Amino acid sequence: MGSEPSGEVYLPDSVRTAVKVLVVGPFAVGKSTFVNTLSEIEPLHTEETMTRDGAVVDDLHGITDKTTTTVALDFGRRTLSDRVVLYMFGTPGQQRFLSMWEDLAHGALGALVLADVARLEESFDVISVLEERGLPYGVAINDFNSVDIPSHEELREAFDLLPEIPLVTCDARDRSATARAMISLVEHVLASPLQHAQESA
Amino acid sequence: MSPPRRRDRESLVRPYLITGGRAHPTRNTLDLTTLIQATRHADPALLSPEQRRTLRLCSGGSLSIAEIAAHLELPASVTRVLVADLVDQGHLATLSTEWQQHGPDRELLQEVLDGLRALR
Repeated sequence: MGSEPSGEVYLPDSVRTAVKVLVVGPFAVGKSTFVNTLSEIEPLHTEETMTRDGAVVDDLHGITDKTTTTVALDFGRRTLSDRVVLYMFGTPGQQRFLSMWEDLAHGALGALVLADVARLEESFDVISVLEERGLPYGVAINDFNSVDIPSHEELREAFDLLPEIPLVTCDARDRSATARAMISLVEHVLASPLQHAQESA
Repeated sequence: MSPPRRRDRESLVRPYLITGGRAHPTRNTLDLTTLIQATRHADPALLSPEQRRTLRLCSGGSLSIAEIAAHLELPASVTRVLVADLVDQGHLATLSTEWQQHGPDRELLQEVLDGLRALR
């Protein structure tokens, strides 16, 4: 269970390429746990500044203004080969954060939508926006409570997923399970004819 | 009584002071996952304290913008401005990743997939 952070702050010298995946979902669904399980470094966080209506701010003069707010982003990292590193950003999926992660999605390989069976509907908005933006995504049901999970058929129907969209169940604390969820997303991206979909995100 | 806070927010330097009052980075190609490497030693006398901290951090090896922001405890937007200046001055360099402009190719995706499969 879990990963063993290497304690190494820096990337290997040979690494030249970073890929980015968003881990999106509602509050307390297990995004940080998922990211930490796969991460080789201790979880880090940074802040993005956004306006109240959701746009990311890079105008620092406005930073103290009452119309702006900061959102903390948790992220982790996993070096996957001599030259490639994966960054995973846990991103809030609530409606008011959508603009922020749309901006984050720029250049992302895809998004993994984490959902909780007890409140599937909280992940609906996120999926709609991902589809509108054309960002490849997969759905992972976090089954950390080992509760009765509906059949995949029922879940696909609930989410209204196209047949090619990956759907997996996983325990966000388990490394094999989280790796499998990530694999299902990357396989989907590889199989997709729209390799440049993220350009429009 | 409220619990102690790791940082006293009141004592934080205003972000626009760190960036010399500028709002935008000098280049707009810096993503949170753009990888940054130190290139040459700088004369500390010519640098601001935040620039010195950034260079000291980056002198140890490659890091992404997001990691630099996290380690320096600065907002990502401020970090972009700081790093862009240091790149302009030749103290830092971005590791070029062509796919970030053109999208990942199959070869890269396959490498990601192989790396993930090795984790199971």
